[in-house]
Amino acid sequence: MKRILVALSTLAALTAAAETPRKPDPKQVARGKYLVTIGGCNDCHTPLKNTPSGPAWDQERMLSGHPETLKMPTAPASAEPWGLAFGSTMTAFSGPWGVSFSRNLTPDVETGLGAWTEKDFIATIRNGRHLGRGRPLLPPMPWFNYREATDEDLRAIFAYLRSIPAVKNRVEEPRPPSTETASAAPTGR
Amino acid sequence: MTHHLETGRHPAGVDARGRRLPASLALALALLALSGPAPAWARPRKEAPARLAGTGLYADPAAKTLANGVRTWTPQYPLWSDGATKRRWIRLPAGAAIDASDPDAWVFPAGTRLWKEFSFGGRQVETRYMERRADGSWIYATYRWAEDGSEALLAPAAGVRAVVAIGPGVAHDLPSAGDCEACHAASRTPVLGFSALQLSPDRDPLAPHAEAQPDGALDLPGAVRSGMVRKLPRALLETPPRVHASTPVARAALGYLHGNCGSCHDLRGELASVGLDLVQRFGPGAGGGPALTAIGAPSRYRAPGARDPMLRVAPGSPERSALLHRLSSRDPSAQMPPLGTHLVDGSAVQLVRAWIGGLEPRPPVSAPLVER
Repeated sequence: MKRILVALSTLAALTAAAETPRKPDPKQVARGKYLVTIGGCNDCHTPLKNTPSGPAWDQERMLSGHPETLKMPTAPASAEPWGLAFGSTMTAFSGPWGVSFSRNLTPDVETGLGAWTEKDFIATIRNGRHLGRGRPLLPPMPWFNYREATDEDLRAIFAYLRSIPAVKNRVEEPRPPSTETASAAPTGR
Repeated sequence: MTHHLETGRHPAGVDARGRRLPASLALALALLALSGPAPAWARPRKEAPARLAGTGLYADPAAKTLANGVRTWTPQYPLWSDGATKRRWIRLPAGAAIDASDPDAWVFPAGTRLWKEFSFGGRQVETRYMERRADGSWIYATYRWAEDGSEALLAPAAGVRAVVAIGPGVAHDLPSAGDCEACHAASRTPVLGFSALQLSPDRDPLAPHAEAQPDGALDLPGAVRSGMVRKLPRALLETPPRVHASTPVARAALGYLHGNCGSCHDLRGELASVGLDLVQRFGPGAGGGPALTAIGAPSRYRAPGARDPMLRVAPGSPERSALLHRLSSRDPSAQMPPLGTHLVDGSAVQLVRAWIGGLEPRPPVSAPLVER
């Protein structure tokens, strides 16, 4: 019983730490917004929607990644030199690595980065791995460019991402190449 | 970049099914994966000696006779490294000792040096090296052996891919500095295989890939007697540490998870907020563990093609257990551990499957599914 209490206390403390908002520094947040903008984060993490004037970012889903409601069928067969395929929302990508979906960067605790710490974020970008230690980040995420950013800039980006509206959107996990054969029927998911 | 190219799972320019990628794409992707400079925060390997012979392992490098004070040991739950044969050594500075007062996080003195040699097919391939510096930080390096075994030279910080074939289309990689830190710096103590449980004389007869102990190998009582380990709680000498388990299969499975997964999945480590704890602990206040954080706990992982969410460990249902799926996968986006191995450990999969299958079904834990 004592072990259970200790474990629950630890989990509660971790959860509390993750959810305790730090007072944002407006200058840092502004710097982060600037970096996110020029870094092109919206290009892949904010879905495009069709408008009368053409495709435009869906601002209600800003930086929330591939919409969970948009179930992608199996990617079309590729023929060189057209080896890659991008979904029309620009949030789903097919290539030799399988299919990747841009992640939810909003501060939603359950489906976004709300439970992440600044340290988690920086480790992910620096190492090109989930949380700095897990699975590799998949194309087309250009983490190998962003890892050259200073700690100060990465902290600013994270501060900005914590300041934007949380969007609940559970992005599909990547599909490995073995499940994405050109001749396979659509998954219907 | 295919992540297969990135991880070296397949030869460069070949996809998961062995098909050749177009040369231009393969080249571009390989360059993306390989050409980036090491991150500024990664400690350069130039701090380590240029030759293994300079690390103090050998008294006579040509004859490969060990230096005085270098001791060997074998952990009872070895890390799976695609079937590599390993030898390990440790050396402490004269008069220095490991502080074992916290049996779950031993503190190694400045000047501690550890080596782990990897061989495939009877040939030495690399020797990894750790050294604790005076400021408390650690140097991580690896040395690549010449094919004739004459000497081993410091490998670059970016690692080296595909140094030796270990199976059809699969090659062994020398780890990068970042890879070393990914595992060793995730834990409270960066030394992962030299601990109370790993040195326990109460050896697990079902431990996968258990190795014979060479002559003179250290165990826990021996390490204490020699003065290398001090302040170990007396109770752990009287009753040597043993995995907390109710059956022999559970003991071996949990021991395997401790040795292969616990460096990251540790409620007291860098990835504590993931909330998965696969560590066996023996100190006061030990808590967490697989029983509370894995068995019946929800997972956001979904097997390819699966519609339903999975549990980390679904008691009685191996096929619904994310832990087993990921242990059984070598797709880089799913595999666990996520680095350091390209081949599934079949023995471990069989063992973990048997353990999960033998667990009494129970209602799942109703915890929120947090994106991590």
